[in-house]
Amino acid sequence: MVPVDYYIALSAILFIIGALGVLSRRNPLIIFMSIELMLNAANLAFVAFARAHNTFSGQIFVFFVIAVAAAEVAVGLALIVEIFKAKKNIDIDEMNSLKG
Amino acid sequence: MNSDLIVFLVLSLVAIATALGMLFSRNAVYSALFLVLNFVTVAIFYLLLGAPFIAMSQITVYAGAIMVLFLFVIMLLGAENLAPTSDLPWQKPLARLLSVILVVETIYLLFSRARTDLVVTAPDASLNTMESLREMAMELFSSYLLPFEITSILLLVAMVGAIVLSRREKGEK
Repeated sequence: MVPVDYYIALSAILFIIGALGVLSRRNPLIIFMSIELMLNAANLAFVAFARAHNTFSGQIFVFFVIAVAAAEVAVGLALIVEIFKAKKNIDIDEMNSLKG
Repeated sequence: MNSDLIVFLVLSLVAIATALGMLFSRNAVYSALFLVLNFVTVAIFYLLLGAPFIAMSQITVYAGAIMVLFLFVIMLLGAENLAPTSDLPWQKPLARLLSVILVVETIYLLFSRARTDLVVTAPDASLNTMESLREMAMELFSSYLLPFEITSILLLVAMVGAIVLSRREKGEK
């Protein structure tokens, strides 16, 4: 028996590591990976609660989150490739073309 | 200390270590490989939590499809090591400050809030996996049918979006 609190703590730690990645890294691909890590941390909390309450709704939510993450990655990586083709560089500081 | 707790602690150590490895690797390829390991560890957590279908989706979709896409793009763009080209000197300290605030807030929340007495038990060995899968499918295709269909449209939109973004216009070399 593992208290559900432990799973929440682990989920929070993974989420913080992902947030640190988004805040402190410059490589857009690593920022993207950190976002995936944060989604995963939320999924872990969903499944832990679903197990503790003996219901399937949490697992179904995780299923949807995985589908949305896949869609997001497909479009996001296509955008990064396009930006690289246009600018020959993907540094996050260079992506300011929309700045007024 | 029961065996469940030991398995949980060992796996969470692996998960945290691989997440930190992802964060601190200089080379983006190593980051991606650390993240694959992290996803596999989380999939094992899902198995412990009695969610075999989610565990398998995690491995095929995340560790398989998404991370292979990431590795392809990293190697295609040669973005393993980006030279730091910062013209915003205040950005790094501000990021560190915000990170520290986030960590402190989360630790405070974890230790201050009222504790739940919910527990997670290991899945029963006699539990019929097919039966639980059938129940989950029944719920997915009855109560959650509309979100399921919307998800399929979302995936179609993402596919079309990716094709439109990476298509070459006529005449463009």
